[in-house]
Amino acid sequence: MEKKKNRFVMTVLSIILGLLFGAIALKVSGYSPIEAYKVIWLGIFEKPKYVVYTIIRATPIIITGISVAFAFRTGLFNIGAEGQFLVGSLAATLAGVYITFLPPVIHAVVCILVAALAAGIWGGIVGLLKAKRGVNEVISSIMLNWIALYLSNTMLTVSSFGFKRANSDSSHKILESAKINLFQNWKVSEAGRAALANNKLLKDVLTPPVNAGIIIAIVLAIVVWYILKHTTLGYQLKAVGYNKDAAEYAGIDIKKNITKSMFIAGAIAGIAGATQVLGVNHQISILGASEGYGFDGMAVALIAGNNPLATIPAGLLFGGLKYGGAKLNSSSLGAPSEIINIVIGVIVLFVAMPKLYDKIFSGIKKIMSKKDRGEQNV
Amino acid sequence: MKKRMSILALMMALMLTLVACGGKKGEPTPPAEGNEKVEDIKVGMVTDEGGVNDQSFNQSAWEGLQRASKELGVEAKYQESEQESDYAPNFETLLDADFDMMWGVGYKLAGAAYEAALNNPDKSYGVIDYSYDGNDDFPEGTPENMVGVIFHDEQSSFLAGYVAGYTTKTNKVGFVGGIEGAVIHKFEYGYTAGVDYAAKEQGKQIEVIRQYADSFGDAAKGKSIANSMFQKGADIVFHAAGGVGDGVIEAAKEQDKWAIGVDRDQNYLAPDNVLTSVIKRVDESIFKQVESFKDGKFEGGKTVLIGLQEGNFVGLADSSSKNVDGEVLKATDKIKEKIIAGEIVPPTDSQKYEEFVKALNK
Repeated sequence: MEKKKNRFVMTVLSIILGLLFGAIALKVSGYSPIEAYKVIWLGIFEKPKYVVYTIIRATPIIITGISVAFAFRTGLFNIGAEGQFLVGSLAATLAGVYITFLPPVIHAVVCILVAALAAGIWGGIVGLLKAKRGVNEVISSIMLNWIALYLSNTMLTVSSFGFKRANSDSSHKILESAKINLFQNWKVSEAGRAALANNKLLKDVLTPPVNAGIIIAIVLAIVVWYILKHTTLGYQLKAVGYNKDAAEYAGIDIKKNITKSMFIAGAIAGIAGATQVLGVNHQISILGASEGYGFDGMAVALIAGNNPLATIPAGLLFGGLKYGGAKLNSSSLGAPSEIINIVIGVIVLFVAMPKLYDKIFSGIKKIMSKKDRGEQNV
Repeated sequence: MKKRMSILALMMALMLTLVACGGKKGEPTPPAEGNEKVEDIKVGMVTDEGGVNDQSFNQSAWEGLQRASKELGVEAKYQESEQESDYAPNFETLLDADFDMMWGVGYKLAGAAYEAALNNPDKSYGVIDYSYDGNDDFPEGTPENMVGVIFHDEQSSFLAGYVAGYTTKTNKVGFVGGIEGAVIHKFEYGYTAGVDYAAKEQGKQIEVIRQYADSFGDAAKGKSIANSMFQKGADIVFHAAGGVGDGVIEAAKEQDKWAIGVDRDQNYLAPDNVLTSVIKRVDESIFKQVESFKDGKFEGGKTVLIGLQEGNFVGLADSSSKNVDGEVLKATDKIKEKIIAGEIVPPTDSQKYEEFVKALNK
């Protein structure tokens, strides 16, 4: 319990330090930190709409965060969430465009399952390679990230597949039945329009693409937390993570568990891709480079201390900083939004150095105790 | 050890007080936006994932807005997108900050800009490199409060191809594209047609090796593609691939072959090896639009086509005279006139290219 409390204090301290370093960077480049943070704060909380946008921004990185945290708990570093996200997006889009006979809701669920399966296999390859051939999962998953990116691009660029929409570099839009947006139909219906015209707050909240993604994220966080904490499967996976040899001695099949773990981590990251396609973009596009959902997820998992439940606040913090921070450019301040990357970088850096805090804490304790004893020769 | 600890603790305490002090004073906004000038027109732009310092059209657009801010006194700001899902919220952000005119830079923003324009008829919008007219995705055409700006890149690329066709000694030239799409196809087929035209005039065969890098940023890939083209015997490589092109130009420099630059005059990157550059003045065009907006002459509901006849918005860079043979340049000017007169219509896609070649060989 003591350790957990420390961990929490440490994270909060890291966030404060991150904001502090951001403030220094702002100050050095000639902008008022107070004003800048005010822009970010108002950018997130001034209107209900902004809060909704923040949640939408945070949803995919919460889920990729869960994926990374889960893998980490089982002793694996899932740097491949990026590629799994892309494969999940691709699979969800294909299912959303080409499966035409399913009713709403069921179609969306099928899309998510297809995405989870495809991305799960993508992650499972990494696990299998590690289990059977001892290939380091970091290396193989980085390589698979690139393969995923080019696979997705190739599906779009080869025109004979007919997946790309003419006059654009995006795929066809997914069908209405596959979307997980909430109130979208009602919003444009006559009754909806009338109701919205009279209710400013409601109109404000419904302007962004409100979708069920955040609900899926919360459910996933709870499920993963439960699996890790209260099931045999979770126990086995964790045991392999803590000590492979001991786990094997205890009769746990390590190879199977490594593959299983990477499959599950991949499936989770794939669901992140699916929610983004089904809820926000409704299509995928040719990408010049990965969009960073998986890498942001790694930072989220780190801030969350690899606790699946903690990825939710960590992801919201991250999403808020990114969404609110982007407004620095167009604010009257005109400060560069890159500051946010400094803040996030510093937070991650300090979170990743728990030893530093131990030293600081014990140092402070020592000084305190010396003062108590009246010693002045520090 | 003890000492170090106390210093660390001291530093942290200091930092905290620093922040506390700052909080009380609540300093006024320093330099950037200091002057009191009352600006009534706010113009904003949303970039794609390239960001505002992409050495390419985002940067060019931003330079145009900065110039507008300086010369016309409008307030100019930008919003950078990191992901596709940022486009719409970014337009929303500009709208909430009460901007009067908002630009989407690049065809990727076409959808988000269109939505924003429809939902806010009292604001003005613009998009670069996209036309809503005659487009199946947007059957309603361009909204009344919006303008699309597209460039006849195929015209300037045709000129570059023509120059390449007359300059090549090996009768092989190369083309490196970024990511396949309608915009880059204009460069590809315009250039190829220009080479074919020059070959026909000289009565010989010139081969064009074409390859896409599947990226707009991977300079190493551009270099390796260009190197392999040079190995296959090409002596001129044209790129329409953003940051990939840096590698193309580097390869030309190392192998002492020719490269043709894009978007801006890239001769400064390798003065002896960049033959010419295909210019696309996004900055000038945005500036013009902002100017007419300020004067109340903004005309929405249409697509503005910018071609050779509009002067130096598209064309070949001025530095061409340095490396291109004088006779060839003169001939190129004649071709330019023919394009302006409509006697030559450079193709924009593979189908039109086929037709162009058929007509050429008749």
